[in-house]
Amino acid sequence: MSALQACIEGIGVLGPGLPDWPSTARVLQGASPWQPAPVVLPAPGCLPSAERRRTGTVVRLTLAVGLEAARRAGVDPAQLPTVFTSSGGDGQNCHEICEVLATPERELSPTRFHNSVHNAPAGYWGIATGATAAANSLCAHDASFGAGLLEALCQVAVDHTPVLLIAYDTSYPEPMRSVRPIPDAFGVALLLAPGANGPSLARLELAWSEPPADRMADAALESLRASIPAARSLPLLAQLARGVPGRVLIDYLDGACIALEVSTCR
Amino acid sequence: MSPLVLRSFTATSAIGRGLAATLASLHARRSGLAPCRFETVSLDTAVGEVAGVDAVALPGELAEFECRNNRLAWLALAQDGFTEAVAESAARHGRRRVGVFLGTSTSGILETELAYRRRDPRSGALPEGFSYRGAHNTFSLAAFTQRALHLEGPAAVISCACSSSAKVFASARRAIEAGVIDAAVVGGVDSLCLTTLHGFHALQLVAPRPCRPFDVTRDGLSIGEAAAFALLERAGDAVDADAVLLVGTGESSDAWHMSAPPPDGRGARAAMLKALAAAGLEPHEIGYINFHGTGTPSNDAAEGLAVASVLGKDVPGSSTKGATGHTLGAAGALEAVICALALEAGLMPAGINTTQVDPALPVNYLRENRSAKLARVMSNSFGFGGSNCSLILARAG
Repeated sequence: MSALQACIEGIGVLGPGLPDWPSTARVLQGASPWQPAPVVLPAPGCLPSAERRRTGTVVRLTLAVGLEAARRAGVDPAQLPTVFTSSGGDGQNCHEICEVLATPERELSPTRFHNSVHNAPAGYWGIATGATAAANSLCAHDASFGAGLLEALCQVAVDHTPVLLIAYDTSYPEPMRSVRPIPDAFGVALLLAPGANGPSLARLELAWSEPPADRMADAALESLRASIPAARSLPLLAQLARGVPGRVLIDYLDGACIALEVSTCR
Repeated sequence: MSPLVLRSFTATSAIGRGLAATLASLHARRSGLAPCRFETVSLDTAVGEVAGVDAVALPGELAEFECRNNRLAWLALAQDGFTEAVAESAARHGRRRVGVFLGTSTSGILETELAYRRRDPRSGALPEGFSYRGAHNTFSLAAFTQRALHLEGPAAVISCACSSSAKVFASARRAIEAGVIDAAVVGGVDSLCLTTLHGFHALQLVAPRPCRPFDVTRDGLSIGEAAAFALLERAGDAVDADAVLLVGTGESSDAWHMSAPPPDGRGARAAMLKALAAAGLEPHEIGYINFHGTGTPSNDAAEGLAVASVLGKDVPGSSTKGATGHTLGAAGALEAVICALALEAGLMPAGINTTQVDPALPVNYLRENRSAKLARVMSNSFGFGGSNCSLILARAG
């Protein structure tokens, strides 16, 4: 296979106790302790007010991390194709639909229904940013981050375009939480480009490997990595935070790992 | 783009199990839409239900994937020698070199909807045996299909509402072109459930009678269910003249509204133009277009304008949703398979149910079947969230 590679031009992160990429980088460098706290989601100021009222966690989360990555790269998000990837999408919305459908009246709200599509964050992203390029929305259960990264790198390689990857997950309320215990929301965005157009952070090259994937040395961060599919990106983020070349193994489907060679982007 | 060959393909919908039944229904202008009797749903609408899905038994080693959606997938995989063609491809390339890219919008959510009726009255817990990973999760369809076909390569579900299983062709195309894989199983499966039946009803987009796309009095869509699959490989030189190729894919976003297209159809137009550019074709080289054509007033109006602005108003076209219903996340793959049949059989299928084509829509809408040798055809798929995808299929020779 020809090398699947890209330069990382911008990063956005939002998770429990991880309010943005610079704070996350300091935690992952070991320069400051991780103090877990429930995720605080910014209001989606870039959406028209009619749309803003209709949005839940997933839209706020994906807008926050996607816009952070584009802003740090100095790139206009309106120009970017996007790849969204999530294991469960909007768990709260799904729960409320199932609750309503279990009542005799089944009076489903139209907004709840159109927000139930897995690509709802991609739809609101387009409305918020004006981006008319292709937007994809993937799911691969616990391998969703790896699947999204693979899709984004294929777009970079074949379409020769920068691509914004946005991986995210949110928690379900009960009773779904018991069967899918995702503790909190986590989102990560990577702006991937074919070559360095400006100040790039690092170069990634993808290969296949055998499990196990890398774990986080810190037990609390390892618990975060293992419990939220989008946080399976943490070993990669830690390597990027350290700013040194190296090889990272991240989770993919059963029986396979994605190996990422991180190097300097020239 | 480099053309890919559809080495094998199949479809199961309300108009038939497998290709022969599907083609016979198209020739006979037969609709699979009937008054809704699904589950406990009492909505005044027609649906395209596949007969016998609940009688399908998954083999024991696939029991964890039990749900209507995966039973429908299993039923479809058994038709037309598709499973055997995939096995041959895997033997040739290796199990890890065959990817799985499938579209669905609701996966096995019917199981969850039913489980919510049976929650423990005291604790609220879901009933014993509820399978999140095997049935509810959106990826369930791809995990099931990968296991059923004994494949070990990359896999993903693409879930972009009603464009999902058109977009899988584009993602598979890129993965093959990038050298990640040598072949891909693509397709889409969506099955009837309460969320979509009641959800589209809540949006007032469901027609009381079988849908009539592009009709002057069209009044909404009819929901259907389907499973459709194709096996894609590099076309290379050794392709039969009558083989069907994927020659163009185009994707775009509306950036407009969650559940309605911009009235001028500009997002649809962008997807069609990208597909033509990828194929290196001029608009006049398209011989037939399978419209997305859901039958809602605003969707058909926007698509009509978009198609006329790209292909002109003379290219013959139809929506086959009057026959199959709108199969949502399966629609892209189902209609790609119908386009492949159209190329093989030299048949432009009529848009049935439609009696008077809306004179405001500048398109050449076919109300009768037409026989003609076709070289290249286009299929449109558009979804909620403003997700658009156009595919171009062609005969090899």
